[in-house]
Amino acid sequence: MTSPVLSVRNLKVEFPTRRGVLTAINDISFDIGPGEVLGVVGESGAGKSITGTAVIGLIEPPGRIASGEVLLKGERIDNLPAEAMRKIRGKRIGMVFQDPLTSLNPLYRVGEQLIETITTHTNLSSADARKKALSLLIEVGIPAPETRIDNYPHQFSGGMRQRVVLALALAAEPELVIADEPTTALDVSVQAQIITLLKRLCSQHGAAVMLITHDMGVIAETADRVAVMYAGRIAEIGPVRDVIKAPLHPYTKGLMGSIPSITGESDRLVQIPGSMPRLTAIPTGCAFHPRCPRAFVPCNTFRPELQGEQRSQVACWLYHPYPVNAEAAV
Amino acid sequence: MRAPTPTRATFSERLWKAWDSDVAYSFRHSPVAILATLVALILLLSAVLAPWIAPQNAFDAASLNLMEGFTKPGEASPITGKVFWLGTDSQGRDVFSAILYGSRISLLVGFASVIFSVAIGVSLGLLAGYTGGRTDALIMRVADIQLSFPAILIALLVFGVARGLIAPQYHEQAAVAVLIVAIGLSNWASYARTVRGSTLVEKNKDYVMSARVMGRSPLAIMGRHVLPNVTGPVLVIATINLALAIIAESTLSFLGVGVPPTQASLGTLIRIGQQFLFSGEWWILFYPALDLVLLALSINLLGDWLRDALNPKLR
Amino acid sequence: MIAYILRSLAQAVMVMLAVALLAFSMFRFVGDPVANMVGQEASVKEREELAERLGLNKPFPIQFANYVTDMARGEFGMSYRQGRPVADLLRERAPATIELAFLSSLFALVFGIALGVYAAINRRGILANLAMSISLIGVSLPTFLIGIGMIYLFAVELRWLPSFGRGDVVRLGWWSTGLLTESGRKSLIMPVLTLGLFQMTLIMRLVRAEMLEALRTDYVKFARARGIPERAISFRHALRNTMIPVVTIAGLQFGAVIAFAIVTETVFQWPGLGALFIQAVQYVDIPVMAAYLMFVAFVFVVVNLAVDLIYFAVDPRLRGTTVAAK
Repeated sequence: MTSPVLSVRNLKVEFPTRRGVLTAINDISFDIGPGEVLGVVGESGAGKSITGTAVIGLIEPPGRIASGEVLLKGERIDNLPAEAMRKIRGKRIGMVFQDPLTSLNPLYRVGEQLIETITTHTNLSSADARKKALSLLIEVGIPAPETRIDNYPHQFSGGMRQRVVLALALAAEPELVIADEPTTALDVSVQAQIITLLKRLCSQHGAAVMLITHDMGVIAETADRVAVMYAGRIAEIGPVRDVIKAPLHPYTKGLMGSIPSITGESDRLVQIPGSMPRLTAIPTGCAFHPRCPRAFVPCNTFRPELQGEQRSQVACWLYHPYPVNAEAAV
Repeated sequence: MRAPTPTRATFSERLWKAWDSDVAYSFRHSPVAILATLVALILLLSAVLAPWIAPQNAFDAASLNLMEGFTKPGEASPITGKVFWLGTDSQGRDVFSAILYGSRISLLVGFASVIFSVAIGVSLGLLAGYTGGRTDALIMRVADIQLSFPAILIALLVFGVARGLIAPQYHEQAAVAVLIVAIGLSNWASYARTVRGSTLVEKNKDYVMSARVMGRSPLAIMGRHVLPNVTGPVLVIATINLALAIIAESTLSFLGVGVPPTQASLGTLIRIGQQFLFSGEWWILFYPALDLVLLALSINLLGDWLRDALNPKLR
Repeated sequence: MIAYILRSLAQAVMVMLAVALLAFSMFRFVGDPVANMVGQEASVKEREELAERLGLNKPFPIQFANYVTDMARGEFGMSYRQGRPVADLLRERAPATIELAFLSSLFALVFGIALGVYAAINRRGILANLAMSISLIGVSLPTFLIGIGMIYLFAVELRWLPSFGRGDVVRLGWWSTGLLTESGRKSLIMPVLTLGLFQMTLIMRLVRAEMLEALRTDYVKFARARGIPERAISFRHALRNTMIPVVTIAGLQFGAVIAFAIVTETVFQWPGLGALFIQAVQYVDIPVMAAYLMFVAFVFVVVNLAVDLIYFAVDPRLRGTTVAAK
């Protein structure tokens, strides 16, 4: 692809606990192109949120980025000093969290929080910042913005609040927006609106999006490409249509099969037996092999890497030549 | 492949599990907790064993020799030649023995009042949570009032009223019991609140309703399920309240409305000792004060550590 | 908003009445009011006359109503022990206690908040941990020991400050203050510190805990994700949200301070209401005990009202505005 906005290379995030080191993300790599929407999907605990948090540099100690690189438009940002990273946050990378109610400070008016963000990253005067705040509110579709700008967060409904949150995230015109489960806490009827809004805003502002969610429906609607995560690793990554219509990795196949659809055969919903392993007990070899219906010789010993042509990659021994271990017994 | 049949863990396995549990782990790695427990244990044991290890029975006026009064710590009395490690007071009472016996009373009042508070608080909490409605509202109102009034005021009031109700000749004998009740009544609300909260949570669970359908007493079942859940928080509150109770007793005794000098607690000893502070016999006040502070501090540290160890949010 | 204020006022009145009931019950049932007010030689006839005059033969609710109306007029009865009207005693001694309580609360608030904020922001700093450790000792040291220790150090050994009393006081109407004379001010220092130290410790630990809690919230996380500088996060976001619970608890503390003053006043021989109360307990002087109880309840209730109002002013969520549709 043309030079990517975000480039993650072999990222590894660890959390030292008193019972040993927990590896939340183990060697993941992906790119996001300019204006592209990359969906990051997986079950709870797969490491999706931590990926987002790691990119924006908000991993709380004692957690840390153990190895790997994060590059924003070609420059490394994972090893920057705190103050330099702070300037990037908001200005070049924006982030939206799950719960709009708790994302906003209840004691400050919406306008004050917008103006605060704007003046932190630009040199606008307060009057100009207020004008910009108003235009942002109009953009995200808040009716009567001149009055609403002076309202408090609790005076907005859930959907409206998330629009405000979007306005805040985009206030400084970032190049990349990370959305961590942006619709999960909203009513179903509102979810679609917010997702459409997100997509429209980002394409209008030319921002790339990393959309983290466990909801495949949202991904299908919005994303250009999707990365499927499992136990801290990426199992499969590729264009959305391909991954949904013709999944390669057995885990992805299981995920697609577990989504009910109106069309198609009315077989029983497929359920993947077992559950995702806890991060303290990740199986050797391929992390999915204990639950995989197609596991075979190399799967419990050797860990598959993401391989494939540029756009579609999968980490599974079914698709790539596998090493043979002379001592392994079947 | 069949699931393995569950077996009951052997005793040694359960012991290992307790040793390896998060709480025990946190304890083993916290030097503060270990030190605090050690100090508290030493003080507790010395108080319990007072009659056997004290060189003198501090409460027995007949065993005192006035001539040995005002001996300095570590020195020998000029008259009788006996050595008193921590000195003697104006009556010839050995300070070391006095604090052993004194801490006995202080600890007795402390523990008893905490047990009293826990009993009242837990029962009221269960009742409020289970019954709901008006009873619940009433109990919680009273609890709110107890929480907003300073404990010392409540204790003083109870003490004063009791004094008015009991004939003067029984005042001294009843002092300890009245103190226990007074301090106990000033500290029960936190237990009530916690237990009520847990009761409310459990009350709505299905197994309670099915027990009702089956005709079993839901109260007994809740007792079996609610009580284990609240043991942790109640223990934390109780530990911290123990330190508070000991301080409360010593404050009341210091003020002159607590334990009388015939059965002096640490607070009473400090009250007595204050008179001699300015004339130079500092040890009469100092050692009881030191004992008191060490006791309260070690229990407080334990309580603090316990609260952090049992708090799931901080892990 | 009016509803909120009215509700708070109504609650205040309820509390006062409840406490009055308690005080009255004490008055009526503990000890014998008649026996306490007349000598032992009084005849049965004299006692009956007194009982009639005191209204002791009327039914309970009427007596209670009389009691309440008397108090509202400032009539608190006669002290058993001193034979003087309790109202006079209250008026004489209240300024000493109020001045002491107010100054120590101020001290505790200012230093408690400052230290608490510092300890929260510099979580792992040495100074912060030191302050927290000292605070733990502060909770374990009974107030009277702190007082005694201070007297020994500053009055006996160093001779900088007086060891008891209020020093010279200036009368302003029925009030008396020690702030306008040097000896008055010197006398205030140790009692204020003694009384304030415990509160300061409490406030410091509370502020630290609340601020740490605030720094863990989602809105702080979001603010950081927007690149807001850490300083603004600490002081504009976290601190403002911390203040609400702190103000509430600090406010409630003030009522308690009046009561804690009992110990401090005893140690420093401060001529205030607390010392009066202790004497009353020792001699079972019920009218004084009852009046003190009402006074403390009154202070509590007033402070609670003030806290409610501050809460209302600070937290926009309480102002009952409606949520917009959709």
